[in-house]
Amino acid sequence: MTELKKIHVEKETVEAKLGLLDYKKYAETHIKLKDTSPNAPCATSCEDKPCVSVCPAKVYEWEAEHKKILVAYENCIECGACRMLCPHDNIECDWPPGGHGVKYKYG
Amino acid sequence: MADDVFDAVILERGEYPGAKNVQGAVLYSRMLHDLVPDFWKEPSNAFERPVVEEKMCIATDDSWITVGYKSHKFLQGIPNAYTIIRVNFDRWYSKKAEEAGAEIYTGVKVDDVVRKGGKIVGVKTSDGDELLANVVIACDGVNSILSQKAGFCDELEAREVALGAKEILELPAEKIEDRFNLEKGEGATLEIFGSTSFGMLGYAFLYTNKETLSLGVGCKLSHYQKTGLRPSEHLELVKKHPCVRKLIEGSKPLEYSAHLIPEGGFNSMPPLAKDGFLVAGDAAQMVNPAYREGSNLAMTSGRLAAETVIEAKKKGDFSEATLSAYVDKLKASYVLPDLEDMKDLEDSIESSDGFLDFYPRLACDLAHLRFAVDGTPKREHMKKAFSMVMKRGPFKLAKDLWPLRKAAA
Repeated sequence: MTELKKIHVEKETVEAKLGLLDYKKYAETHIKLKDTSPNAPCATSCEDKPCVSVCPAKVYEWEAEHKKILVAYENCIECGACRMLCPHDNIECDWPPGGHGVKYKYG
Repeated sequence: MADDVFDAVILERGEYPGAKNVQGAVLYSRMLHDLVPDFWKEPSNAFERPVVEEKMCIATDDSWITVGYKSHKFLQGIPNAYTIIRVNFDRWYSKKAEEAGAEIYTGVKVDDVVRKGGKIVGVKTSDGDELLANVVIACDGVNSILSQKAGFCDELEAREVALGAKEILELPAEKIEDRFNLEKGEGATLEIFGSTSFGMLGYAFLYTNKETLSLGVGCKLSHYQKTGLRPSEHLELVKKHPCVRKLIEGSKPLEYSAHLIPEGGFNSMPPLAKDGFLVAGDAAQMVNPAYREGSNLAMTSGRLAAETVIEAKKKGDFSEATLSAYVDKLKASYVLPDLEDMKDLEDSIESSDGFLDFYPRLACDLAHLRFAVDGTPKREHMKKAFSMVMKRGPFKLAKDLWPLRKAAA
């Protein structure tokens, strides 16, 4: 197939979209990075960071200053894509505990 | 299944049925009719609009071809399909299950299976409770953690799933009916292929609900991985396309959602029957993307799984040998034959460099030539059209088109 190229979009609209959602919050994260050390692939070898660019709920953010990925698990809409997106198999994404997390009204 | 021979328990991790479910959504009626006969005759808010028109657009950035089929024959007898809003539907559907005798426990997350002597004899919840059963049916969706924990399949890969994102857009019923040329209460679907997918394998869709529209995008996850495009931004780009813009104008977003769609199909299926364990629906990769089918496959496979368990109960044997009757039933139904026929379609489309760019542009260029009156003789148009098609080369054309025969049935 034709080679797919990066698509750059200037505007970030995901925050407004997430604002429409209901969540039942839980105090502990259901998403963990397996390796968070300075030698983690996120800090050393992963250039594209598809978790950061693609996650439909913008859960992952690259903090360049500390060279690490921040995980805003509260935003998660539980699609599970991150586990397959990560080229280094560094994301462990379970479901939030029963009854918690996103609550779709329409779905 | 539930009423006479069995105690059936449904475990749902959401706070209410549907809380975690996302679908486009078009629901085919016949498979639901098999479970809830004549469901469309009773008043309920589970169904939005019966579909009378199916349309497809092939788009470039500024032009598009529309192919559609409209018929009120779709409404005769068992209506062919309804648009639905999943949460409303799931609340209704779960009540039907309760009326049939099933017990539903919501807010329960299953963490693992319970084994005894190698056989699966129940599930373990995240609260540490064990629930024992003759048979566990994994219907836990595309991320079937249960099948993975049971050791029957590995984590899916990005090339085996599509990522879909959707918005519910509020619009008055009269506006929907005017814009889509619909009689009161009737519905239409629109799928858009070509430039709205930015070279990725997938499509955009717009479905009419009663007083909302469902606007969505869905593309292979491995392609999103390469473009780095966030599906929320993809949705915004689609909203600006001239083929969509006027249809959704003035609408108000009510909800945004995203979900994975299993697309590995037949080639990615886990074993469907093991000792004390069956897998159905998305958890078993039962989606036919070429025909937009999924929830109907889930319903049929769920019904066939239940029938298998009832027979096993009569025999008092829940071994893999007995439960394998489930696979035979799926083979005798439309489920496995369809999935088998579609198994290589996606790969062939993806392996050609034509479908996602060349053909949509060619189709629009040819249409332009057909409809433009520019003062040159039509025989010149014909020559030009022939050379446009032949740019692809006859061998490549044949190679591209041959795999499509199964999607045209």
